[in-house]
Amino acid sequence: MSTIPSGLKYTQSHEWIELADDDTATIGITDHAQSLLGDLVYVEIPDVGQDVAAAEACAVVESVKAASDIYSPFSGEVLEANEELADTPELINTDPYDAGWIFKVRYHNKADLDELMDADAYAEFAAKEDH
Amino acid sequence: MGKHTPLYQNHVNMSGKMVDFAGWDMPIHYGSQIEEHHHVRKDAGMFDVSHMTVIDMRGPQVRTFLKQLLANNVDKLSTPGKALYSCMLNENGCVIDDLITYHMADDWFRTVVNASTRDKDLAWITRHAQPFDVQVEVQDLLAMIAVQGPCARDKALSVMDKTLREKAQALQPFFAVSHADFFVARTGYTGEDGFEILLPAAAAPAFWDKLANAGVKPCGLGSRDTLRLEAGMSLYGTDMDENISPLEAGLSWTIAWEPENRNFIGREALANFKNSTKYKFVGLILEGKGVLRNHQKVLMEGIGEGEITSGTFSPTLGHAIALARVPKKTGKNCLVEIRNKRVPARVVKPVFVRNGKSCID
Repeated sequence: MSTIPSGLKYTQSHEWIELADDDTATIGITDHAQSLLGDLVYVEIPDVGQDVAAAEACAVVESVKAASDIYSPFSGEVLEANEELADTPELINTDPYDAGWIFKVRYHNKADLDELMDADAYAEFAAKEDH
Repeated sequence: MGKHTPLYQNHVNMSGKMVDFAGWDMPIHYGSQIEEHHHVRKDAGMFDVSHMTVIDMRGPQVRTFLKQLLANNVDKLSTPGKALYSCMLNENGCVIDDLITYHMADDWFRTVVNASTRDKDLAWITRHAQPFDVQVEVQDLLAMIAVQGPCARDKALSVMDKTLREKAQALQPFFAVSHADFFVARTGYTGEDGFEILLPAAAAPAFWDKLANAGVKPCGLGSRDTLRLEAGMSLYGTDMDENISPLEAGLSWTIAWEPENRNFIGREALANFKNSTKYKFVGLILEGKGVLRNHQKVLMEGIGEGEITSGTFSPTLGHAIALARVPKKTGKNCLVEIRNKRVPARVVKPVFVRNGKSCID
């Protein structure tokens, strides 16, 4: 069974989002997603300062098997991206919710948050997708 | 639900992540594809390849039949037990399948073909066997386990009974031997030494567990693919198919042009291609960042375009590699289009790793 921490928010494209108090959020992919992808070998992170639109592909994670787009859940500006992933993409496999974070965004539109799922809703969503 | 090999329950018990492959439920990995890959390069791994199709062909004219059916020449098989890799071509000189044929006896050859091509292969072989009165029989009650890696032979030998062990131990590369219900071949698809073992389906689960207890790591189809790609071995349906001639798929070495009067299927079309091929088959090593993937476009300025037929991340070399079909004039460098960016790559011979060692300068 994959881990789904209760304090985070989730998307249907299997990103997790940690919301901070200052209208910023950290984004990564879920344990469920990394287990579907298998061993990660390459991550393309967004540029710091880059503007992103909600539901726009702004990073790519590649496993031995396949490449997969990572979508920004929000419109906003990229504040930071995880440079560690360039040399150690496997952090996403071993520690998807912490060391394997991908990028941070300052979001412009609070309404974007309404689209996100909580842990229970995501658990149900991921289980359904398995069948 | 797909078809199950005799080892299905073993895979589930060992936490194999099961996926569909050509209608079969097969393990893609048992945790980490990359660890499995390294284990085969450094020690010993085993693959369930029971989904592949084993076809026995028997009759006094079987050799004459195979000389017509295959682009390689079974007359290279003079001693029982010897194996031959060949393409089976259509009349257009393109590839119906690639296969291994074992010489079992004067009137008996055994062929292993791909799982994904089973039905069309059987139809083709049966049709062409008829005039030679050759009996074509699929061996569906056999399982097949490939044990591969520098320690694979020793570990596999340790779980065989005495007579089989002595026979298998004496095998030269590309030879096979039978004992009781077991058939052991010193062949493989990883670029490492090892065995491919055919055995009765009923005996397979216990034999698999014995191999595991002897320290042979179960490996999935994921690492099987990265291992064969590093070894520069072609995959049917990806690197070649019914629209590609072996001359443009890096398989010219498998065509036996001599003797000139051996009229194998596809020979005429192939002979016509021979002086007009536009492409060559090469290896690529990515020099920039990213991962090479099937169907990415390869660009050679002033020369033309090619295509990646198999691309992946090479766990042994630590960067992306690919097999590609490119214009014949291609030199030492090219660009690969990865998500609208052009990334530089080096053109090399299509063999990256053999026997645990890099073949790249």
